[in-house]
Amino acid sequence: MPRRTHRSEIVRVRGLPVMAVLLVLGGTATACGSHQPLRVEIRVHYSRFEPSTVTVPRGVPVTFVLVNTDPIDHEWLIGDAAFHQRHRTGTEAVHEERPNELTLPALHAVQTTLTFDEPGELAFICHLPGHEAYGMVGTLTVL
Amino acid sequence: MKRLASLLAAGVATLALAGPTLACGGLIGPNGAVNLLRTTTFAGYHDGVEHYVTAFEFAGGGGEFGSIVPLPDIPTNVERGGDWTLQRLVLETQPQDIAEAFDLALPGPAAGAAEVLLETRIDALDITVLRGGGDEVGAWARQHGFRLPPDAPEVLDFYAERSPVFMAAVFDADAAAERGQAIGDGTPVHLTIPTDNPWVPLRILALGRTEAEVVQADVFLLTDERPAMLPNPSVINPESGLRLEHSAPATDLLLSDLRSDTGMGWVPEKAWLTKVAVDAPAADLRFDLAIDTSGRDAPSLIDAGFRPFGPLPAPASPPAAVWVLLVVMAIGLPLGGAWLVSLSARGGLGGGMGGGRPLAGA
Repeated sequence: MPRRTHRSEIVRVRGLPVMAVLLVLGGTATACGSHQPLRVEIRVHYSRFEPSTVTVPRGVPVTFVLVNTDPIDHEWLIGDAAFHQRHRTGTEAVHEERPNELTLPALHAVQTTLTFDEPGELAFICHLPGHEAYGMVGTLTVL
Repeated sequence: MKRLASLLAAGVATLALAGPTLACGGLIGPNGAVNLLRTTTFAGYHDGVEHYVTAFEFAGGGGEFGSIVPLPDIPTNVERGGDWTLQRLVLETQPQDIAEAFDLALPGPAAGAAEVLLETRIDALDITVLRGGGDEVGAWARQHGFRLPPDAPEVLDFYAERSPVFMAAVFDADAAAERGQAIGDGTPVHLTIPTDNPWVPLRILALGRTEAEVVQADVFLLTDERPAMLPNPSVINPESGLRLEHSAPATDLLLSDLRSDTGMGWVPEKAWLTKVAVDAPAADLRFDLAIDTSGRDAPSLIDAGFRPFGPLPAPASPPAAVWVLLVVMAIGLPLGGAWLVSLSARGGLGGGMGGGRPLAGA
């Protein structure tokens, strides 16, 4: 499971001024500087994660910027199979406490920073009703 | 938009009735569940005005349910619909199932920056006509407590790019119960919509469905002339899910019966009745039914949802030869004109071309 690093932040997306300062990555994390965490932007559009596959190195803080361009709420929950199985039957309406469990309000960007200590593969999924079945599933590979 | 009633002096009527399906819009509960209440819809088009009648069934229970219906244009009036129009159309093509047909149609159970164009209350229904893009309408729904399904952003954009007008109907089941509405009772809503672009929304029927879920509906068209449709249900591959089940002149008795219902005086003296059955997996139902009754046999690709909307693409640059020709004309015409004027001044063209020297070689 990812190590907790930072509290998430929420930025309103409408008009997209925030987008100008975000680094678009296309699926692979990159560093902005030797002391800055890697940044990965994942866009949510028409209830899909774009990109849906991301690769990051282990042991390095990674800041994920989740940009929800849809007019409906979504979630970004990242973890292993057991983690997702729990959330499929969970009743938690809003995720605010854990940095690997984010609620993505409609037309907002949310940011969180995580560090992955173990190599392997995790999934990020939206567990709102019907969203996983619709295809809101992504894969994160830790090298 | 308000193009020529004379070209489209025809009626389009739709009635979606079959099976456990949403006939005209997605019904979404506050918990995000799609409630498969049966909804019946009739949209008649005549003299440039569409008359859209939708009935919301009361299925029992409590709370609120919402329905979003894409509209081809802005309605000028929203009122309670007539009492038997929907039932009568069902009878016309399913006479052997009279009891069942009546049961189907009987009244029964049944944002954000979006601009609110009209609000009204009909029985236990709160009707709001909205104008806005997919984001705005989605935000309005969210702000009013309804969680749209995951396909809603794409579907709302699909319609908003063509006509950013939607009807949101919030059905208050508690109010319906207080009014004494029994399960199976419905509330018909009649919208009067001046428009020149009649089309039947089909893709909205799949809202909230999984890809494999089958959408079943019956679409009744009532037009002044035999309509051309796209997709054409008479030739389309059955796998696409449309099937032509009835196509004939409407009987005088049917038209008379329809005309006698509340708000149905617009029904013409002569009309063509068509029934199209929809039976398709939700994943395949990514189009609407475009109608053309102008006689040109050219239903719109855009109205059917097969082409993106918005501004037309810029015309391609003309080939180089065209540019060369234009340059030659731009230079040559003034020079030639000046030469002709000069020639005329010297008498070369005096008395007419026939008597002058030949231009060639001059």
